[in-house]
Amino acid sequence: MTTLETSPEIGGIGHSKKRVEDARFLQGAGNYMDDIVLPGMLHMAILRSPIAHGEIVSIDSSAAMEIEGVVAVVTGADLEAHGLAWMPTLSGDTQAVLATDKVRFQGQEVAAVIATSPYIARDALQHVWVDYNDLPAITTPQQALLSESPLIRTDKEGQEDNVCYDWEAGDKEATDAAFAAADRIVSIETHYPRSHPSPLETCGAVADVNPATGHVTVYLTSQAPHAHRTLFAIVTGLPEQNIRIISPDLGGGFGNKVPIYPGYVIATAASLLIGKPVKWIESRSENLISTGFARDYHMKGELAVTNEGKILGLRTEILSDNGAFYADAQPSKFRAGLFHIVTGSYDYPAAHVVAKGTYTNKAPGGVAYRCSFRVTEASYLIERLVQNAAYELDMEPADFRVKNFIQPEQFPYHSPTGFVYDSGDYEKTLNVAKEIIGYDELRRQQAEGRSDGKLVGIGMASFTEVVGAGPSKDYDIAGLKMFDSAELRVHPTGKAMLKLGVKSQGQGHETTFPQIVANELGIPSDDIALMEGDTDNTPYGLGTYASRSTPVAGAATALVARKLREKARLIAAHLLEASPDDLEWEPGVFSVKGSPDSRVTIQEIAFAAYTNHPQGMEAGLEGVHYYDPPNMTYPHGTYIVAVEVDPEDGTWEVTRMVAVDDCGVRINPMIVDGQIQGGLTEGFAMATNQHITFDEDGNCIGSNFMDYLVPTAWETPKFELGETVTPSPHHPIGAKGVGESATVGSPAAYVNAVIDALRPLGITNIDMPVLPDRVWAAVKAAQAG
Amino acid sequence: MEIKFEMNGTPTAVDVEPRMLLVDMIRTELAETGTHIGCDTTSCGACTILVDGVPMKSCTMFGVQADGRSLTTVEGLKQDGALHPIQDAFKENHGLQCGFCTPGMMLVGKALLEENSSPTDDEVRWAISGNICRCTGYMNIVKSIQAAGEAMAAGSEG
Amino acid sequence: MYPPAFDYKAPRSIEETLSLLGEVGDEGRILAGGQSLIPMMKLRLAQPAVLIDINNVAELDYINTNGHLAVGALARHADVDRNKEARAFNGTVDGAASWIADPIVRNRGTMAGSIAHCDPEGDWASVLLAVGGSVIAVGPNGEREIPMTEFLVDFFTNSLQPGEMVKEVRVPAYQGRGGGTYIKLERKIGDYATVGVATHLVLGDNGNISQAGIGLTSVGSHNLKATEAEAILVGQAPSTELFAEAANAAAAACDPESDVRGPAEYKRDLVRVYTRRALATALEQANGK
Repeated sequence: MTTLETSPEIGGIGHSKKRVEDARFLQGAGNYMDDIVLPGMLHMAILRSPIAHGEIVSIDSSAAMEIEGVVAVVTGADLEAHGLAWMPTLSGDTQAVLATDKVRFQGQEVAAVIATSPYIARDALQHVWVDYNDLPAITTPQQALLSESPLIRTDKEGQEDNVCYDWEAGDKEATDAAFAAADRIVSIETHYPRSHPSPLETCGAVADVNPATGHVTVYLTSQAPHAHRTLFAIVTGLPEQNIRIISPDLGGGFGNKVPIYPGYVIATAASLLIGKPVKWIESRSENLISTGFARDYHMKGELAVTNEGKILGLRTEILSDNGAFYADAQPSKFRAGLFHIVTGSYDYPAAHVVAKGTYTNKAPGGVAYRCSFRVTEASYLIERLVQNAAYELDMEPADFRVKNFIQPEQFPYHSPTGFVYDSGDYEKTLNVAKEIIGYDELRRQQAEGRSDGKLVGIGMASFTEVVGAGPSKDYDIAGLKMFDSAELRVHPTGKAMLKLGVKSQGQGHETTFPQIVANELGIPSDDIALMEGDTDNTPYGLGTYASRSTPVAGAATALVARKLREKARLIAAHLLEASPDDLEWEPGVFSVKGSPDSRVTIQEIAFAAYTNHPQGMEAGLEGVHYYDPPNMTYPHGTYIVAVEVDPEDGTWEVTRMVAVDDCGVRINPMIVDGQIQGGLTEGFAMATNQHITFDEDGNCIGSNFMDYLVPTAWETPKFELGETVTPSPHHPIGAKGVGESATVGSPAAYVNAVIDALRPLGITNIDMPVLPDRVWAAVKAAQAG
Repeated sequence: MEIKFEMNGTPTAVDVEPRMLLVDMIRTELAETGTHIGCDTTSCGACTILVDGVPMKSCTMFGVQADGRSLTTVEGLKQDGALHPIQDAFKENHGLQCGFCTPGMMLVGKALLEENSSPTDDEVRWAISGNICRCTGYMNIVKSIQAAGEAMAAGSEG
Repeated sequence: MYPPAFDYKAPRSIEETLSLLGEVGDEGRILAGGQSLIPMMKLRLAQPAVLIDINNVAELDYINTNGHLAVGALARHADVDRNKEARAFNGTVDGAASWIADPIVRNRGTMAGSIAHCDPEGDWASVLLAVGGSVIAVGPNGEREIPMTEFLVDFFTNSLQPGEMVKEVRVPAYQGRGGGTYIKLERKIGDYATVGVATHLVLGDNGNISQAGIGLTSVGSHNLKATEAEAILVGQAPSTELFAEAANAAAAACDPESDVRGPAEYKRDLVRVYTRRALATALEQANGK
């Protein structure tokens, strides 16, 4: 349990405060993108390519222009005239805003209609005639690498193949030596399928270029408004001081709202050209077919082990499907994101990671969806490998893990791929999980077998993930270093306003960040208002994704509050006519040591800061801090899942799911639990049903909610949560962040459970999603062979 | 086409083209934006409202079909300035994160509780299986609806 | 996202509806629940020039069990789901009623509309085929009863004549001790069936099967009646072996496609497994009466 340092009235860290933001959402008074209405606003709809790969022969929009209510039709040629047909991606590539030469994925933006109503805009789309010459589509990375495959990026000078990156980490030589010394090599080959964050609110923008003042206000579904402002300025050439990005209430993000999408740029260009605000809200189908997808990693992993069950080394080889443009939203130095955390929670000296990214005729992306920059893929691979290794050695998988865990005294732990894990107590967390689920009893029941023909399985994942990007030495996105910021203003009446460089999409920042300030300054958190998302009114930050808000902006918040507390001490000393060193602090009050009646409250200090500050001191009680984290943070956990499998029809059901997380200090336990429950559900979704596929012509299957299956409350299991608390030693409040842990750690737990159930049949792998027909086919094959 | 209906208890008249979806009529003609659009295949339930007290997906009805009906949206939950017990329960039980699915969830919950004030977990999950949430994992939504049921039953006994 | 423009009519009686239908011919479509039609219109896969909205035709809103189960054209799936008499009347109907679409769609969509739609992935048509149900059509020439086997022509095609509409769906009473159920495998609530199997059994006084019905969903270009399998059952004493034989015949008779819900062999095997299970359940019910 996190220790409480403040009373419930002050509501600092550790209190499960009810959420401030709920008030408006519960009354339908949220301000989401599609709720924004500006005078004279026009509506934009995008015409998208029906084919995956083809040359554009001609575009004829004359019929569309005839329709009453249509104001303009924008094509790639129009944007090209303003140098806007292409834009940079977050991974240093370029992406078409509107296609000019070719279309490179089904759903790619080809033209845009601006009209007086969204209905008319959509009507007009049917009257924009585009002529294509079909080209063969590349739908897998393996196909992309064949020499006879067509070149997708004919627009890139010097590009001679369909490879977008080659990357490696670790030490090949040391790893080869470890493998040479191994008694056994355990391997797995698995595809982590393409998925999509699919927040319930799709992406959109309202671009408002004021023709009189030249000010550009873009309301944007943005998880990173400041970075987006800077990138907008670079892409459009509009002066950055005249650009204001406002990210309003967001109906979920999960990484989907980190990239800059063509629709944002087209809407802004249209507003600039027409002189009226332009709103663009994509449909769900557009969201699924064209915006930042996630995963799609073809992974090979090998673990070198001794007969006694000790891991000696790990080798992994990744082939990544990046779509038509390399647009991963990740730190620029890491082409495979933070995949190299794949060594996991285990102590061994050697690892080697090799990764290759390919272009295919699909939407661009790959890093998104609560993945901590590819840690989902890494964690899945190592936890599946570990179970397979335990099986091959005939060891209990829990014991195999414990035998190889990094020990508490080994922290800070230097991993073979260059991470420095801050803290953890893996065995403790695993034992708590085992106890909650009654592990030994479950194994006993499993051994007894069932009379109804169902197979019982128990699966586990003990993940360590890495978040809090990140130290400026190694972490930047599009060149922007990944610090974050907090600006705190304490007003004369003792209330405060906190402004952050991050942006909540449902994580409860309006409630949790004031709790940090309340903890440091003793101002009741209810007296602290939070502002995020408006670049004119918040300090520069890199935004919310990859679980970085608490590790980075949370640290900035604690530190700016401490700065102000130090100033408050000096003002208190002045008011109490004592030396600052003679003062004692308890939340909200400075008092003279030994004279408890000689005291002054933070509210009185705040008032004095503006009415009676010491001569020679700057007035006011305001400050800002930009935090450059010294290291990442490493939340960890053990999840255990029990399942029942019906071998006749391949269906399976979760009977128990226990999740024990260690994210260090928990600012608001209620909110932390909520984040975990949400993540466990998304992990379940990935393990069961949720994937996007393509046919051989590049048609996207999974581009609407009838084909892309997100779970309802009926399918979703019930979760039992536990906790351990191992604070981060380098974080000002010991917190690590938790938003993505459950999505990172849980898929392997679910799949390990199903494989465990099928183990007596000799089945060692089924790729996600573990669909009933895949289980059925594996069972049939095992029974035949 | 002119139509007349009741909107959150208030007699209302509008003139809309037949093809305008009910959800768009509510959001733009009536400027009540608490009812949301989350998909285009009638799959997500973010647009759920009550029509004569029964949950329906307003994206899969035309505005003109509201003629003669009584509509309830999230904006109609508050009564005499006080939050409905279900709104209170969602806040007390952390039943929402981004808030986008919440109006639909609360209206479906309200309709369920009016028939069954102490639903089991499974009964709640079944009732909300037409409403997608991406944030919460549903556990706290179930808890919130059950808590609201308890509060409503207690309130009506008093 | 949005349908193209159309003319909208909202009649208040069957007579008015038929009159409008006569006027607009095939330019028009009946709008009942709209939970199949409106999504198609939003995707512009259907673009009727005229919509005839029957939601105000109160005389179509009924469910009763006088002699047979009669479900009027405006009865919602949810109305059937909640109607104890309807569910007690027939086990196959009972087995399917809760599993149509999702609970909110069930509040608006109609059983009749779903049957008239003839979607091979729709559940009710398989139920009707299994139980020997029929559709009451009403048109300019009056009413007529159309057995389901005749009503269901093909993929999204029914046998209604121009100017006719569906007035009622009818399920006959059990002629003896009867039972039935519907097993539907769906990937999640709201998905169409990967495979659906409707079974219907009636036992004679000697305990042998006097009537058997098997309806299959999502394994052909339209809902299928597994007639060979039914023939194996009729006149025989029920047994596990008999049911296995019938299940094999049903599996052999279906014609599934490989798609996102699985390969054809998988679906065929599911038909075998679920037919066996659903026949066993039907028998239990029949014996319980």
